[in-house]
Amino acid sequence: MSAPLNVLVIDDEPPIRKLLRMGLNAQGYQTLEAPNGKTALELLGKSPDLIILDLGLPDIQGLDLLRTIRARNERVPIVVLSSRGDEAGKVQALDLGADDYLTKPFGMDELLARMRAALRHQLQTHGERPVFKSGDLSVDLVRRIVKVRDKEVKLSPKEYELLRILVQHAGKVLTHKFLLGELWDDLTDAQYLRVYVRQVRQKIESDPERPEYILTETGIGYRLRASD
Amino acid sequence: MADQRRNSEHRPSPEALLEAARREDRRVGKLRIFVGAAPGVGKTYEMLQQAQARKKDGYDVVAGIVETHGRRETEALLTGLEVISRKSTPYKGQILTEMDLDAIIERHPQIVLVDELAHTNAEGSRHPKRYLDVEELMSHGIDVYTTVNVQHIESLNDVVAQITHVRVRETVPDAVFDRADAVELVDLTPDDLIERLKEGKVYVPKQAERALQHFFSPANLTALRELALRRTAERVDEQLLSEMQAHAIEGPWAAGERIVVCISEDPRCASLVRYSKRLADRLHGPWTALYIEGRRAVQLSEEDRDRIADTLRLAEALGGEAVTLPASNRNIAEDVIGYARAYNVTQIIIGKSTRSRWFEMVHGSVVHDLVRRSGNISVHVISGDQLPGQPIPKKTVRASENEVFDPLPYLLAFAAVGIALGAAELVNYWIGVENVDLVFLTAVVAVAVRFGLWPSLFASLASALAYNFFFLPPIYTLTIADPHNIAAFALFTIVALIVSNVAARSRMQTVAAQSRVRAVDALYAFSRKLAGAGTLDDVLWATAYQTALMLQVRVVLLLPSNGSIQVKSGYPPEDTLDEADLAAARWTWANDRAAGRGSDTLPGAKRLFLPMHTGRGAIGVVGIDSDKPGPLLTPDQRRLLDALMDQGALAIERVRLVEDMDRVERTAETERLRAALLTSISHDLKTPLASVLGSAGTLRDLAGKLTDAEKVELLATIIDESERLNRFIANLLDMTKLESGAVAPKLAPHDLSEIVGATLRRATKILQSHAVLLDLAADMPMVRIDAVLFEQALFNLLDNAAKYAGAGTTILIRTWRDVHSVSLQVIDEGEGIPPVELEHIFDKFYRVQKMDQVRAGTGLGLAISRGFIEAMHGKIEAANRRDRNGAVFTITLLIPQEQPHLDAVA
Repeated sequence: MSAPLNVLVIDDEPPIRKLLRMGLNAQGYQTLEAPNGKTALELLGKSPDLIILDLGLPDIQGLDLLRTIRARNERVPIVVLSSRGDEAGKVQALDLGADDYLTKPFGMDELLARMRAALRHQLQTHGERPVFKSGDLSVDLVRRIVKVRDKEVKLSPKEYELLRILVQHAGKVLTHKFLLGELWDDLTDAQYLRVYVRQVRQKIESDPERPEYILTETGIGYRLRASD
Repeated sequence: MADQRRNSEHRPSPEALLEAARREDRRVGKLRIFVGAAPGVGKTYEMLQQAQARKKDGYDVVAGIVETHGRRETEALLTGLEVISRKSTPYKGQILTEMDLDAIIERHPQIVLVDELAHTNAEGSRHPKRYLDVEELMSHGIDVYTTVNVQHIESLNDVVAQITHVRVRETVPDAVFDRADAVELVDLTPDDLIERLKEGKVYVPKQAERALQHFFSPANLTALRELALRRTAERVDEQLLSEMQAHAIEGPWAAGERIVVCISEDPRCASLVRYSKRLADRLHGPWTALYIEGRRAVQLSEEDRDRIADTLRLAEALGGEAVTLPASNRNIAEDVIGYARAYNVTQIIIGKSTRSRWFEMVHGSVVHDLVRRSGNISVHVISGDQLPGQPIPKKTVRASENEVFDPLPYLLAFAAVGIALGAAELVNYWIGVENVDLVFLTAVVAVAVRFGLWPSLFASLASALAYNFFFLPPIYTLTIADPHNIAAFALFTIVALIVSNVAARSRMQTVAAQSRVRAVDALYAFSRKLAGAGTLDDVLWATAYQTALMLQVRVVLLLPSNGSIQVKSGYPPEDTLDEADLAAARWTWANDRAAGRGSDTLPGAKRLFLPMHTGRGAIGVVGIDSDKPGPLLTPDQRRLLDALMDQGALAIERVRLVEDMDRVERTAETERLRAALLTSISHDLKTPLASVLGSAGTLRDLAGKLTDAEKVELLATIIDESERLNRFIANLLDMTKLESGAVAPKLAPHDLSEIVGATLRRATKILQSHAVLLDLAADMPMVRIDAVLFEQALFNLLDNAAKYAGAGTTILIRTWRDVHSVSLQVIDEGEGIPPVELEHIFDKFYRVQKMDQVRAGTGLGLAISRGFIEAMHGKIEAANRRDRNGAVFTITLLIPQEQPHLDAVA
């Protein structure tokens, strides 16, 4: 394996930082720790490979810090930590360029999965894998073929477009606004999106009432199950 | 009123306790009265001496007003005391000086000296009487030292006048005297007093010198001295009694005497009332002034009616009870006896009749009837005061004067006689002179029925003259030749007079009955309106509106608010009060007496303000005015206003009581919730914390001795319990949001099935030991909901089902659509909800009690579900399954009118 990845942990709570340090080190990551926004901006100079950002910081508004980081570095994946019930804050963070979010309290396995998805996405945007596979679903992005249990599924152009965007960001949450913007230039009403999601689910899910691939992030958007 | 005194001989009577509490607790100024038998005994001197002593003790003493009458020893005692300078009021070209009330209140000493309690203030002062000034000073927490002579005490006024033949016009109500915290008798033997008078040490106004010479006779002075001593002793007695009752000391009080004094329009009744007060005081019994409103009541003049009202008011002012009863039959004595028996009256006081023997033979004598039927009740027949011009205290609100003379009925009566004369000529011509008198009688009756007594008497006279002049020979003269005709004429006159009297009386009774019916109808309508009014605002508006309508006046209603009194309603509604009005309203509220236009206090205000009462005390103040100049109300209107205000006050009190009860209930509910919250938090927070801490501690301390399986188990406990804690805290947060009104649903069209799927994914862990069956309708329309809130509501239902239905059972989620709504059901296979608990199941902190175990629920989940669903305009219900045991929760949401049409977009 190449050099260990550097993760910048921005959180004002020492126990959380300690937990993340231990968990991440055990998984082979290196950590940088910032208890506040000021230190975080200084540590940005060490070009971390991923940033974990708690939105509730003592000195700077989390969203402002996020904006500053994105202004300085367009690439670095950012996973935001937030509390439940703050759907609006999460959506804002995602729209400002965060790659994913986690609700406190969270499990370490969940965090690692999110980090992997965010890092994979970064890699994928450089070298797109021609065929996406997740469970029984496979999507050939070059030949535009969607298969479920090796049976080809017919999708309308718009449905395919939706699935393609989800596949390109597999494992990562995509906000309604983002998806709408990608699919329709002029539409802002999430109900169109819901209609198409339902139609795609009918075609690719074995039990559309309990979807396995296209997952609903209530109040935020959708997430496609990550590839195997 | 005073029954309480007798019922509870061993327990402290509430009245006595209240009285004691009033004296001990409220910071109202204390009143010390220096009583003397006559002028010159040295009251002012004594007062000043005590004031100086207090000042030496370090009290802040000022002289509000002290009359030294130029006596040197008295003036010497003033030195060192701060004297508040008097206020000058110009009055009819003179400058009158009065005590400066506001300056004293402003200065706010601990003790103020106010000489001559019975003094009448100059016109234009705030209060007509100085004792009112004193009450106001006391209400500001200032102690008052004052002086009064015994002849100024209201109930002794008559007695003193009888002894001395000098009537004092300035009186102080007994209530003021009785309420005093200390009464000190300044005593001097008559001989010494006469000595002082001779030495010129007693101030005598020049113009009254001769009268007072007579006043200061040894016999008079001895009698006055006895009165003063007795009155003071009585007061001391009362104080002792009140003290004993307040402390439930058994003692020889109140043998159960109860006195009723019968009142009529006779002006002498005022003395009867005063006599009753003295008798009641001596017997330590309660007393009542009773007025029986008989048939004659309708014929009474306004002056008489006012006098009755004033006499009843005097009784109340003297501490008695005032009762008015309608006569139930012809015999007033029977009504009096009936009342006396009903209320265990032991003594009846009635005035000696001045009617002629003839009158009594015709009408019967109430006094005789009373004595004959009284049985074991003593009847006192009192002659009443023979002195002319007794002053009944003027009523506080002046009504308008009697109607002015209206000549029209007389002119019409004259015209009627003229027409009768014409008709009589025709009758005379065709039929004969015998029937002419009947024609005139017809005219008299018509006039009597139409216009009442006096015009009909006028018509009788005119008819008699016309009959004589035109028809009885010699005609065209007022002489009568034939003795037959003299008899006929006399008979005609008598018949005319009797007929006009009878007809007029019946008319008067009809008119009175009609007006009474109208008033009763109006009051009935008013009370119905009030009964229908649910809120305070409605009641106030109805009261103001009805009063304005019925009395043709402008009305404002003021209620206490934040320690002051404020306008709460009025008709017309846009009326505002100026400063003078507000001052009068505040004064009325503070002193519980009328003030403003037409009253004795602050008559400069535009409006008249009257206190509104119920049996429990003052409720508020009503202010009325009208654009008409002159008196605001006729006596009838004043009585109607009293009735309206009584009803209004009762309605206001009723609404207030309901509000109070609601508040008490809400407080109780809040208390219950607070207790439940504390239990819940202490239990639901501490239990998982204990597990987490215990497990973690065990792992740290005993790591070496634990098997791997045990370690995994402990770790699982830590994680499970932490998640439970997390859910509980989330619930608390949701509940707090709901309660603080911070839940603002972002409603958008959503597909219920999608949310069901998302919820199931989130609930995977809590549902891991249950099977979940889905039965979702395919034709579900979009519903407007907040997806996040709905997910949480559904999650809580699933959480509840998982807790109450055992492991391995199936949970069914169904959706279907009706015409206007869609429904979602969560159906479990648990034991169901006990029927009695169904209606409480959504209450906060409510958990279905189980015999064997306490469930791990927080009692918040379902409450939150309901809160969220209702915030989205949905409905949630709990029921039990019919096919088997188990609970069914149903969420129903309305389908929005417009379904989005999306096909076009594809």
